[in-house]
Amino acid sequence: MTTAAEHIDPAVRAEALASLLIERGLVDQATMDNFIKTYELSVGPMNGAKVVARAWTDPGYRERLLADGTAAIAELGFKGPQGEHIVVLENTPDAHNVVVCTLCSCYPWPVLGLPPSWYKDPSYRSRIVREPRAVLAEFGLELGDDVAIRVFDSSSEVRYMVLPMRPAGTDGLSEAELAALVTRDAMVGVAEAVAP
Amino acid sequence: MSGSGGHADPAYLLDSSGPASPPRDNGELVFAAPWESRAFGLALALNEAGLIDWEGFRQALIREIGDWEAAHPSGEGWSYYECWLGALERTASAKGLVDPRALADRAAQIAALPAGHDHEAHDHDGHEHSMHNETSHHP
Repeated sequence: MTTAAEHIDPAVRAEALASLLIERGLVDQATMDNFIKTYELSVGPMNGAKVVARAWTDPGYRERLLADGTAAIAELGFKGPQGEHIVVLENTPDAHNVVVCTLCSCYPWPVLGLPPSWYKDPSYRSRIVREPRAVLAEFGLELGDDVAIRVFDSSSEVRYMVLPMRPAGTDGLSEAELAALVTRDAMVGVAEAVAP
Repeated sequence: MSGSGGHADPAYLLDSSGPASPPRDNGELVFAAPWESRAFGLALALNEAGLIDWEGFRQALIREIGDWEAAHPSGEGWSYYECWLGALERTASAKGLVDPRALADRAAQIAALPAGHDHEAHDHDGHEHSMHNETSHHP
């Protein structure tokens, strides 16, 4: 906005904008509150974790997920804004995928909810492209030199989600138990799934 | 993480990064302040009503973030939702949904309210929160 507006407390600016739009009948408080509640309470990485656990246990689902992420994710009931073109990137022993949005903070909301602070931080957005191995190490993820790191920058269309590798020693686990091993960070690609 | 350029971020520090669970359940804060959630809810409501288009808003957000980063090479004072709010103000003004002058006037009125006024009186559990208008502030 204007230079002057930048010196105004953002809480005041948000209230001013909301009050004018509500007075004009362009938005209503209930609709806003509904969106806020949804993303605070209902939509989050637990959705993506279920997708990953299903892919680990159902080869047919995994194939569909990698072929058309949006459709396969919708099979589990997860859809909505920022989920129109989800591409799922499968980690392998040879290649590790990590996701960023260098320009803003595009993120697959239906499966991961809203992005964490570090994902939006200018530092992550610039450094993960320049020095991914170093940044991943700072997250505690030390990858061998034989593992290629592929950084995917979200575009206006595509939202990426990483399908982490299934940890060893999880053969007997149920889908729900497997989902509990899948963190948000693993689905962004800055961590691996948790070993049981 | 140390990769975040030393911006200690409470929302991140609180995040256990444990098994995926609802954000509120795992201690993660989706919004750091009520105004952030208000700016978020406004953008989604305007988009749902077809009054803004998301790609246009995203381009405004990219510009806002780019401008901020160019002006703040150290990264000090970064606030994603301030950029979001700036982008929303620009987009709403460009679409004729608000008049920039009226917006500035309203912000000045709210800012001039006596101490004790809750700028963040955003009640998630009820919808009775009535928006302020000029007459109620300046009888």
